Amino acid sequence: MKDGYDCVVIGAGAAGIAAAVKCEELGLDVLMIESKERLGGIPLQCTHPGFGNFYYDENLTGAEFAERLLDRFEKDKVEYMTEAHVSSIGYVSHLKKKVEVINPSGLFSLDTKTVIYSTGARERHRFETGIQGDRLSGVYTAGEAQTLMDIYGVMPGERVVVVGSGDIGLIMARRFALENAEVVGVIEMQPFPGGLTRNVVQCLHDFDILLHTQKIVKEIRGQKRVEEVVTADVDEELEVMPNSEEIIECDTVALATGLVPYTKILDEMEAEVIMDPVTRGPKVDENLETSVPGIFAAGNVLTINDYVDFAAYQGENAAESARIFVENDGMPSKDWIEVKRGRNVRSVVPQYISGCREVTLNIRVKKPEPAVDVMIRETDERIRTTSVNPGEMLRLNISEEALVGLENKMTLEVER
Amino acid sequence: MSEKIVCIMCPLGCEIEAGVKEGELVEIEGYGCEDGKEYAEQELASPKRTVMSVVKCKDGDFPTVSVKTSEPVEKEQIEEVMKALSEIEVQAPVKAGDVIMKDVCNLGIDVVATRSVKKVQD
Repeated sequence: MKDGYDCVVIGAGAAGIAAAVKCEELGLDVLMIESKERLGGIPLQCTHPGFGNFYYDENLTGAEFAERLLDRFEKDKVEYMTEAHVSSIGYVSHLKKKVEVINPSGLFSLDTKTVIYSTGARERHRFETGIQGDRLSGVYTAGEAQTLMDIYGVMPGERVVVVGSGDIGLIMARRFALENAEVVGVIEMQPFPGGLTRNVVQCLHDFDILLHTQKIVKEIRGQKRVEEVVTADVDEELEVMPNSEEIIECDTVALATGLVPYTKILDEMEAEVIMDPVTRGPKVDENLETSVPGIFAAGNVLTINDYVDFAAYQGENAAESARIFVENDGMPSKDWIEVKRGRNVRSVVPQYISGCREVTLNIRVKKPEPAVDVMIRETDERIRTTSVNPGEMLRLNISEEALVGLENKMTLEVER
Repeated sequence: MSEKIVCIMCPLGCEIEAGVKEGELVEIEGYGCEDGKEYAEQELASPKRTVMSVVKCKDGDFPTVSVKTSEPVEKEQIEEVMKALSEIEVQAPVKAGDVIMKDVCNLGIDVVATRSVKKVQD
């Protein structure tokens, strides 16, 4: 370990590994820090495919995707630490950040010019989703259940209720069913499933698992272990309908109720990292630089991505920016244009662009619409889409030419 | 008679429409690629799925190794394959891509590792 680095990458999931490899290949002095005992992040515990379709042009399982990334990491001999927690990032000066690290051998302090923050997301827990009841054994987040089954080989239970029908909920329902657990139902509060149709087909229909839409789990009951859940019907406004309670017997509840960027250390920094209240990740510019110079964000901590591939691309983008920062003693200054959200645009990342080079925008819409244009109001640049859906992030490459004539204002909107 | 099939080959989930006459496939449209066309044809003839799970692993840095079938297997055979996988234990080290079980359930299909497991000395 050295005293000073060009870049410290925090978190060794898809975004972090891609970032660290790219930094190394760009000739930066880089150190990767991971809190778990193994590199690879969440993909390592994903036995299902759907990874690498863009990044490798192949359909890999999560574990295969992680292995592929790590092959390059090992070949490039990137320096790393495992079982190491970052406890704080201090902003000393424009060119110097102090990263405090705790690992089994003690406390360390490292100086670095840049930080790529790629800590991923956390899962929403039951108290955030308003589920009442006792603290019983048998209540897991989907990710915890997956860690138990697919890393440790332990079955969390035999009769399972899955809460949430996003892709994670659907995939875990199948995983339980494959291992001979009885999935008594997937509970979804919206009138439609949250995940991709292909996952409704291959995860629920294939195993005859019931999807209960417009229902919530109100309460979890039992003595020491979960014994039953109380569900209730909700209307279009998600208001609970009176006298609609029903009881489902089960011994396990798996919560797949959404991911939130895990920004803890950024939140605790003295220099303020400005957050986006919609994505709940940091606001960034097209270099993925946060409001603190030299601190970059990539992967699910930046915005919840639909595909692991996008997290990896963001890692590479951040690494490229770290190189520019190191070579120029900071990012060349620009007049940043804030990307305003117009009709049916829920979120957009990056939140700021320079307007003078090509940029990739990650966009989420508020509601589904068929055959619409995503357009930049100021330049009348349009991109035709067959449909937009809140569950699917649009990833649009906007060319340099399409940005001519912005005059410091840019509004992104979906037009019918 | 026409059947609607949602393709599961990639996250795009194309809606494929297949015209069937007297049990024979007469026309097929809506597929986005050759894989999708093949999938729809297979789905009509006899649905197949790649099976993914974990098997026990001895002396490894993880107690399991994740695996998949090298080819999709007939849907009805999934349970049998899962049972076979639950009964074996492999010895670390394992490298992703290693064959864990040859010719599982006499299907002519192998089970391969999708994750590497290092051997730990105790």
